[in-house]
Amino acid sequence: MRGGWLKIYALAYLVFLYAPIALLPVFAFNDGTIIAFPLRGFTFQWFAELGRIEALHGAVLNSLMIAVTTAILATVLGICAARSAARYDYPGKRGVMGFIMLPLVLPEIIVAVSLLVVLLQLGLSLGAWTVILGHVLICTPFSIAILNSAFQNLDRSLEEAAVDLGETPWSTFRLITLPLVMPGIISSLLISFTISLDEFIIAFFLTGTEPTLPVYLWGQLRFPQQIPVVMALGTILVALSIILLTTAEYFRRRGVARAGGKDTGGFL
Amino acid sequence: MSLAQKIGRMRRTDAASGILLVSPTALYALLLLAAPLATIVVFSFWTQDYLTIDRSWTLANYRVAVTEPIYGQLMLRSLWISGSVTVATVLLAFPIAYFVSFHVDPARKSLWIFLITIPFWTSYLIRVFLWKVILGYNGVLNSTLLGLGIIDAPLTFILYNANAVVITLAHAFAPFAILPIFVALEKIDRSLLEASRDLGENRVTTFLRVTLPLAMPGVVAAVLIVFIPTIGDYVTPRLVGGPEGLMIANMIQTQFLKLNNAPMGATLAVLAMLIVTVVSLVFVALNRRFLRRQQ
Amino acid sequence: MTKPIIQLQDVQKYFGDYHALRGINAEIDEGEFFSLLGPSGCGKTTLLRVIAGFEDVSTGRVLIDGKPMEGVAPNRRPTNMVFQSYAIFPHLSVARNVGFGLRRAGLTKDELGRRVGEALEMVGLSGYGARAAHALSGGQRQRVALARALILKPKVLLLDEPLSALDKKLREQMQVELIKLQRQVGITFILVTHDQEEALVMSDRIAVMFDGQIAQMDDPEVLYRRPKTRRVADFIGVMNFLPAEVLFEAGEKIEIEIAGLGRAEISSDQAPRGGGDGATSVGFRPETLTILYDGQQATDREARAKVEEVVYYGDMTYYDVRLEGTDKTVRLSMRNVFGREVLPIGAEARIAWSPGALVLFR
Repeated sequence: MRGGWLKIYALAYLVFLYAPIALLPVFAFNDGTIIAFPLRGFTFQWFAELGRIEALHGAVLNSLMIAVTTAILATVLGICAARSAARYDYPGKRGVMGFIMLPLVLPEIIVAVSLLVVLLQLGLSLGAWTVILGHVLICTPFSIAILNSAFQNLDRSLEEAAVDLGETPWSTFRLITLPLVMPGIISSLLISFTISLDEFIIAFFLTGTEPTLPVYLWGQLRFPQQIPVVMALGTILVALSIILLTTAEYFRRRGVARAGGKDTGGFL
Repeated sequence: MSLAQKIGRMRRTDAASGILLVSPTALYALLLLAAPLATIVVFSFWTQDYLTIDRSWTLANYRVAVTEPIYGQLMLRSLWISGSVTVATVLLAFPIAYFVSFHVDPARKSLWIFLITIPFWTSYLIRVFLWKVILGYNGVLNSTLLGLGIIDAPLTFILYNANAVVITLAHAFAPFAILPIFVALEKIDRSLLEASRDLGENRVTTFLRVTLPLAMPGVVAAVLIVFIPTIGDYVTPRLVGGPEGLMIANMIQTQFLKLNNAPMGATLAVLAMLIVTVVSLVFVALNRRFLRRQQ
Repeated sequence: MTKPIIQLQDVQKYFGDYHALRGINAEIDEGEFFSLLGPSGCGKTTLLRVIAGFEDVSTGRVLIDGKPMEGVAPNRRPTNMVFQSYAIFPHLSVARNVGFGLRRAGLTKDELGRRVGEALEMVGLSGYGARAAHALSGGQRQRVALARALILKPKVLLLDEPLSALDKKLREQMQVELIKLQRQVGITFILVTHDQEEALVMSDRIAVMFDGQIAQMDDPEVLYRRPKTRRVADFIGVMNFLPAEVLFEAGEKIEIEIAGLGRAEISSDQAPRGGGDGATSVGFRPETLTILYDGQQATDREARAKVEEVVYYGDMTYYDVRLEGTDKTVRLSMRNVFGREVLPIGAEARIAWSPGALVLFR
């Protein structure tokens, strides 16, 4: 069979990719404080414990607020840039877009410390909003990458046809453009939300007295007795991420199908 | 033509609309990326004594960075670790990208890509921590191997050293390497491969003479997209690296948050960026020369 | 009875340094089926988009129904367009696509439904209203695009290569339907096409464009029989060219010497000025030459030739023949008649030709 060995390799690779994540629920439900085989028995106690930690609840709320705000801001900025890139030509376009996409490859620690230095120099206090500033910066390139395909798949003559049939540029955007790129927008919101919720380094540097969820988690990793609880929390987080991503992918595909385009792959 | 008309005409031109539309995003990046990066560069020429910053221009930080062996050592180790991660990731990723592009039914390609990318988006911190759990002295791997009687004593060379960092990072960045290669392979016109076979090349030589050169842009992108961010990774060395596996990002963090020496941290950040840029440019240039010689 | 609905006055268009339209002057009459014909990049689509309002003119004026259009946006012009891609809104049903432009007309739901139904019936898509747009075939999409534009009763309908995406059979069928539709609604149609046959079949008048200029604007028959330049002649149909020399001119008469055919006298309306691209030549269509079979006599002039190539089309046969005593090859076409043999390669043939069918380019 063609690609037989490749297929075995690919499946092994998938196992390698998922193995660590698969361990999460295994130990989250394990009735033992030491993370090792053999397993002891089944328990819900670690999940129940999650409900009793006040500091965790604060961190979750903080993270959710940051993630929602980041998702909206990054998507708005992403719409502007992606629309501009797909529809218009202007001198220096490649340079400008390249610069906006730079956080995609820039080590996050560089983004984090440079923002930290500026904020401290300006005498501003750190807090949720400083984390949002940093998260919007790193989420915008992802938003642009998703929205780019949505806007590029949009046949320009559709908008021209609407104008030709009597609509103003604004009502054309509302009646034609927005409905057609809406799946991309939803996908971008979900991805940005997920990135912000999971992001650690920038939050670690820029968070004030109220930690985000990953920063809180980081603090807990030092205590061996907390590890089963961390496993439980991780299980919830990963499950949540997978649900969000699957939803995002569903909308992205629907967007591609709606615009009549050909599906060629994932988010990037 | 009156001025108002001129402005009206300007506003209607494509270029003006494009610039107007991109400006919020560009301004945001300018204020929150370009300005901070510039500040870092400026900072690297200043010095700090406890809490007061001395704003006279000096190369003192750079002198320290070059003469103190610890910084050079960290930088070299970071380069070495990132390099190993990059090589491992790209070599492992290529067959997957090839498999999905050439052997998977087109209708199921996006499902495969989705499956491959999912782990990348799930809590980075937790994934790294899981490797600590797997590779630890009493970890999953050791307890399983001991339980099966394959080893007598726990393996120690797999945690708290550079190996652990390489394994963990290679796992974390795997999807990032697959995507650009996959995209490059997808772009290859399949009739080119048939033409090559028709002209007498076998499957292996077709791969070497046609597929691989055409996939090179994707491989280059994969290399850069893995190499650049990994060199600045903080979490992995901190969690699984031990003292032997620490990297430059850990030192930058220490300078900023623990030693209160922001200028020294800035200097190290600038040096790290410079080195990454130079290595990347050299790599791209070498690759271009290699491809040209092939033609 | 006719008056110009569209007036183009020295229209110039630049894209950066690129000079896309170089001084277009034309008047298009009410109720006319007008075509813009030319190779890709000649500026025909740009001109259509200038009329529609999607492109500004750099200098010059566009008047529609006597009103200058400067600063008038596409949504305020009495023109509607059928796009090359048809631009059917993929998220709307057929009925909502067709009724799209009536949103602001303030119609009741019943009235809207009736108008949409009429428009669909006009293009032969009755009962398709509830269909999803993406479930349509190419020909159906084209009909929806037509209905959507015509429902607004525009003064001018603009069609940007509307048939180029269809296969040959369907294209020919739609050509006939478009002509009928245009006669039925009486609206001015402006068609952009690169297909000379399509332009000839459909149009009342054709403007042939090269390099941002109109090279010739005439009705199809004049364009075909009396092209003004060698380039137009070459672009439309098949044209033989032979080098020629003007011997002398006297009033309406011109005496010429044609390589391979000898001397001939033509009238001055067969000799437009300035279309020869630097050399003097005569042009003639393949069907103006006839092979003389045994017993047939030329009504005008006769030449001898040898068959070098035979291209058999079923109803027609094309022959490439070399004129005797020269190295000049010309193409001629013969309708195939039952019982008459198709000549083989190498056969000697007598050819009838007529000076009245020549066009002189100089």
